[in-house]
Amino acid sequence: MIRFQKKLWIGLLIMALLTPLGILVPETFKAGDAWGEWGIEKLEKLLGYVPEGLRKLADFWKAPIPDYNFGGEGASMTLQVVSYIVSGLLGIGICAFVVYVVSRFIARHGK
Amino acid sequence: MHIPDGYLGPQTYLPLYGVSIGFWAIAQKKLKKQLSLKHVPYLAMAAAFSFLIMMFNIPIPGGTTGHAVGATIIAILLGPWTAVLSVSVVLIIQALLFGDGGITAVGANCFNMAIVMPFVSYWIFKLIKGKAAGGERLAVAAFLAGYLGLVVAALVTAFEFGIQPLIATGANGRPLYAPYPLSVAMPAMILEHLFPFGIVEGLVTMLLLKYFLKHEPDLVYAVSDSSMNK
Repeated sequence: MIRFQKKLWIGLLIMALLTPLGILVPETFKAGDAWGEWGIEKLEKLLGYVPEGLRKLADFWKAPIPDYNFGGEGASMTLQVVSYIVSGLLGIGICAFVVYVVSRFIARHGK
Repeated sequence: MHIPDGYLGPQTYLPLYGVSIGFWAIAQKKLKKQLSLKHVPYLAMAAAFSFLIMMFNIPIPGGTTGHAVGATIIAILLGPWTAVLSVSVVLIIQALLFGDGGITAVGANCFNMAIVMPFVSYWIFKLIKGKAAGGERLAVAAFLAGYLGLVVAALVTAFEFGIQPLIATGANGRPLYAPYPLSVAMPAMILEHLFPFGIVEGLVTMLLLKYFLKHEPDLVYAVSDSSMNK
């Protein structure tokens, strides 16, 4: 790996360690979900009902680590912070690996 | 901006799957011609970067949260088709592993953040940059490319949300999927991305471009055409 690339990876790792800011800062400012990304319960509170089609599709997929959180909804902030960092590291590992393999395959079959 | 499962009906998510798959096929063809092996490690890093920057939720005090996407800087550094590939992979992994964005909505989310955003950003960057090879003009071009790229992506997302009540209602007249009409979805999503989220995308794009121009100028696709063929 050339030196410049090593430097970029170090930057990415530092970024991964800082990701908990992405949950702690919104918590401090009492900011909630992104617009249009409410869960079923929140939606029921907002509307007074849950759209039928939405309810049917909402559980289409059970993600193994929902919301980058290993502890589920009642998790302590400490566990959420740790989960977030671990999810970040896991995420960049998997994304980088998949993109590396796919793009290497594409590039190799080209020039 | 990650649309969850259930917010879009099949009349919307199926065609958007089609569009995204079409773009992936073209991306594969284009990259086969222009991608050189030495760029492969940077593509991997670009995906990692996009994944991470989307974890930094930015709050609107007492309101919603949002985040930058990173698609603009990837499009400027490595080309828009590369951004299509790397950001799409990120969005698919976010949906599968972390439930961030729905599985039925993968086509839509990739269209908004991995197709519309990098191309709009790239065109804006090229347009404003003109023949400039450095300096203020490039910084302004980078900022506006990130800023407007994210805002347009939000606009397209809001449009997809907002047409749901028009397309599908149940027997009782209630919307079946995303409940808010265009008149609510469009201003809500566009305003929050005009300020503050778009500003963050613009600044990140501008600062990173500056860093790369200083340290590895040959890598910057949108500036030195010698780094990759057109």
